[in-house]
Amino acid sequence: MTARDVASRRMGATAAAARNRLLPEGRVAGPMPWVIAIMMFLTVLAAAAGLGLGAGVRSMGADLAGRATVQVVTADAQARDRMAARAVRALRAIGEVRSVKLVDPRTLADQLRPWLGEEAASVDLPVPALIDVELRPGSSPAQIDARVAALRRAMAAIDGAIRVEPHAAFLQPLAGLLSALGWLAAALVALMAVATAAVVVLAARAALDGHRGTIDVLHLMGATDVQIARLFQRRIALDALLGGVAGFCAALLVILALGSRLEATGSDLVRAIGLPWAAWGLLLLLPVGGVLLAVAAARLTILRALARSL
Amino acid sequence: MPASSARGDPAGFTVPTGCAMASPKGKSQEERAGPHAMSTIVQFENVGLRYGLDSETLSDVSFSLRGGGFYFLTGASGAGKTSLLKLLYLAQRPSRGVIRLFNEDVVTLPRKRLPGFRRRIGVVFQDFRLVPHLSTYDNIALPLRVAGMEEAEIEAPVAEMLNWVGLADRAEARPATLSGGEQQRVAIARAVIGRPEILVADEPTGNVDADMARRLMSLFEALNRLGTTIVVATHDLPLIAQVDGAQMMRLDKGRLADPTGSLRYPPRGPGAA
Repeated sequence: MTARDVASRRMGATAAAARNRLLPEGRVAGPMPWVIAIMMFLTVLAAAAGLGLGAGVRSMGADLAGRATVQVVTADAQARDRMAARAVRALRAIGEVRSVKLVDPRTLADQLRPWLGEEAASVDLPVPALIDVELRPGSSPAQIDARVAALRRAMAAIDGAIRVEPHAAFLQPLAGLLSALGWLAAALVALMAVATAAVVVLAARAALDGHRGTIDVLHLMGATDVQIARLFQRRIALDALLGGVAGFCAALLVILALGSRLEATGSDLVRAIGLPWAAWGLLLLLPVGGVLLAVAAARLTILRALARSL
Repeated sequence: MPASSARGDPAGFTVPTGCAMASPKGKSQEERAGPHAMSTIVQFENVGLRYGLDSETLSDVSFSLRGGGFYFLTGASGAGKTSLLKLLYLAQRPSRGVIRLFNEDVVTLPRKRLPGFRRRIGVVFQDFRLVPHLSTYDNIALPLRVAGMEEAEIEAPVAEMLNWVGLADRAEARPATLSGGEQQRVAIARAVIGRPEILVADEPTGNVDADMARRLMSLFEALNRLGTTIVVATHDLPLIAQVDGAQMMRLDKGRLADPTGSLRYPPRGPGAA
């Protein structure tokens, strides 16, 4: 083969492809894609948990903020029914109230039956009358508080024994727990990002040491630090992309499996923990972010290391 | 490369005409040597080099090299030849003194400007330093790729260089499969393909037989006729004697043997010092 033949055979090869050959083919550091895959798997799960819990808290918050239960507690069943009817009328007259629903006593009895037995339906058992109240959506906690206060005033005008229980009061601890778990998930995502960057830094340093001879030659031929860093950036980006996609796909399967289990519970509370479309979009950005993070960490590491040489 | 376009060489090498190594026939040596011909291209003033806390490897080295000249650097093993060359091809900064390359002080030069200077210097390393995973073709093309040339611009010069060093049929071979002499020629082709203003060669004949050494030296002379300033470190005095008009510096324990720093014509005849 003549030199001209070789040159002709290389026709069409791009300068970029040729420059990419300056480092040996293969990965920068053998286990790096696997480590990044595991990191990405955990990151996506943590992020999904955070986003799902966040959605749950928001959904719960909307429900909590707009709902209250009015309890009419009177031993005399007839007086209780009259008082409940008055309360319903009074509630419907309040402009802040969107809907009012008197809970059927039979429904209450059905719900109490597992604990009280057949006596739950007895008229002798002073079960309070319950009225579900849905308020108009409010934009701030202060507005909600004001609406609940208006309900309380209206009910107090009928009878001082009527109690108004905003749902937020008894579901607030659960919402607080979910919110805390969401923040914990966000912290885990941040820690994973730091750990991923640290792995890339170690891999980049190892790669730099492994190719020190080639880098020295390139430097002495006039290669700039940025030119050399680009060679490593590309390799590390490919490794990060490979690991990121693998980790994301594995996490996706787990999320879908968990989602179907949540659906199967039939609980409105549990089903509130879901991933809206925007959350899926954010999750999809994680592998992209992982690659960008890896490239940036590699570039900084290589440039800082090269800056220490002549 | 057409044979008719090549300039004959007594040792069998021909100087390529069509690319980075084009020979400007009909011009004087000064004209051929370019803008730095016969002007001072390298200047060392009281240069000292110390590795760590050891005593100085080079002490009070002062000399000037003119553009287009052919210089030998000689001295016993351990005299500091390689260290001096490292300073020359900017692999090392001196511990003290001033080094001017192309009329610029490279000791205080910002690091980011060094690549531009390094691209003007070709280096043939004592141990060749070929990139092991690259083919002969890619090793020779390395300086042009580093300089950012497109593949289409690289192909012709590399093909010509492969022919020039007689390795066209080994273009795809990896360095590990090449003989010492072939590796040497690849290293030289790589050093000169970018048409450097200075070619620095560290013991370039240390790993080849006498015949190949003579051929390589003829190749350097051919380059020198094109205007490249040649600096060759060697302790092979008979080799030095082969090059007409070359000048010699001798290092002895890190100091130039002639304290005035003046350069001498090499002695004639093997064994002379």
